[in-house]
Amino acid sequence: MGSLRQLSVTQQVGLLFVVLFGVLVLVTLYAFSRSFRDDTPKQSAASDQFGRELRAVWGGALLFWIAWASGPVGSTLLFGFVSFFALREFVTLTHTRRGDHRSLLLAFFVILPVQYVLVAERQFNAFTVFIPVYVFFAIPVISALANDPFRFLERTAKIQWGITVCVYGMSHAPALLLLDLPDYRERGAFLVLFLVVVVVTAQFAQETASRRLRRRPVARAISRSFSWRAWGVGVAAAGIVGVLLYWATPFKPLPALAMGAVAGAAGTLGEFVMKALKRDAGVRNWRGNSSVTGAVGLLDRVAPLCFAAPVFFHSVRWVFGI
Amino acid sequence: MKLPEAAGLALAFVARLVTGAQGHWYGTTPKAEQRIYFANHQSHFDWVLVWAALPRDLRAVTRPIAARDYWTATPLKHWITREIFNAVYVSRGRAAEAGTVTVKDDEDPLEPLMEALRNGDSLVIFPEGTRGHAADPAPFKSGLYALAQAFPEVQLIPAWIDNVQRVMPKGEVVPVPILCTVVFGAPVTLGAGEERRAFLDRARAAVIALRKVA
Repeated sequence: MGSLRQLSVTQQVGLLFVVLFGVLVLVTLYAFSRSFRDDTPKQSAASDQFGRELRAVWGGALLFWIAWASGPVGSTLLFGFVSFFALREFVTLTHTRRGDHRSLLLAFFVILPVQYVLVAERQFNAFTVFIPVYVFFAIPVISALANDPFRFLERTAKIQWGITVCVYGMSHAPALLLLDLPDYRERGAFLVLFLVVVVVTAQFAQETASRRLRRRPVARAISRSFSWRAWGVGVAAAGIVGVLLYWATPFKPLPALAMGAVAGAAGTLGEFVMKALKRDAGVRNWRGNSSVTGAVGLLDRVAPLCFAAPVFFHSVRWVFGI
Repeated sequence: MKLPEAAGLALAFVARLVTGAQGHWYGTTPKAEQRIYFANHQSHFDWVLVWAALPRDLRAVTRPIAARDYWTATPLKHWITREIFNAVYVSRGRAAEAGTVTVKDDEDPLEPLMEALRNGDSLVIFPEGTRGHAADPAPFKSGLYALAQAFPEVQLIPAWIDNVQRVMPKGEVVPVPILCTVVFGAPVTLGAGEERRAFLDRARAAVIALRKVA
């Protein structure tokens, strides 16, 4: 670990990506070799699912690499587009009315760009309050001006919620990338990667645990696999991975454990909440293999990050007092 | 690459950015056969959406119907419909029973469409004749029947356009990004000696049936 700290920042980050893509290549080759076997339909459905997930992980990894390689402007733009697509999917799944048109235009074409410009400018104070304070105030005003009282609170709340998750939450990922901590300059990529790795680990561990443990689901109507025991396993796994990665972060081992656990917990609970949302919207098939308009499977992949990133970001700022 | 082609690609890109323009094919595949696509009509956006949902090589041979008086009024409108979409222009006078097309006194309103079909082009038509705002499409007008009679070898593909009315409600000018799908269904064929009304109702039912899978 000591020799790793000797390397320059660029070398460390480079090494990180080499390891990441190396692991992905190995997993892909393994999956490819398995594809020659004769499978039962159940097995082949499972390996199809695995292939989809693997493609998504590849997409995510490439996204991070491009984000890191293209600097502050490039990465903000990139996450801005992801945010745009996630919000587009969210709005599609919620039932908005004609009167919401102006509010939605505001969300997509004013609020979203302004939020990402604030990130790129590193205006972290303005960036933190812009949506919870100013947008929270502006959206109901615009909606009320549309002269449609039908289910007003419900519609406004949905739009606000979509903006908070898809724009506010997501924008904390590039903010982490640009956050300059004392003695930790230019290494935001590590923080983002730390966050993503612990969240993915938590999800994966929770998924595996729920398959093995077969506990009673906490909320059967929303998710048949979510149980507190499995969730605890996920959070613990995220904490352990957090400790293992502490050398790449500005944290000491114990805070790294806490940070990993917090981010993992927020991410898995965020995924759980998204399941509830999709159930409400009538999407039965999870993860983009359904023909319901709008269910393209981006939102549920980025949602854990959208929930975990703000919690993680503000924990980091709080811990370091900046 | 020529300017119209580049403009077409840019337009298709924007349409996909805003609406996703996903094409789903059930009971049929996107093939370079001569076809008439017929769909529900709720928005000015409908044509662009169907067009963007088609694979790129099919876009070049699939043509919309455009009202001559409106779409040739300014050089820009004329250029867009002529160069990018290769539209079939029809004249409209008083309203008539002919699908998207309306008749000018003595001219057969379907003649430009027949001409395009004789050339081997595919068409997209909206047989309701006008944009509807009800949940179900309005009864179909008879143009589709006449075309089916005259060109029995051309496939008639029903299509359901989902969600587009939310992208740009009436009276608004800027579209909101919302995902839309275009569902293409199995071909409808005109039965031997099938009556006009029965055929049109069957075609309409085929379009509505696709809503369930959208």
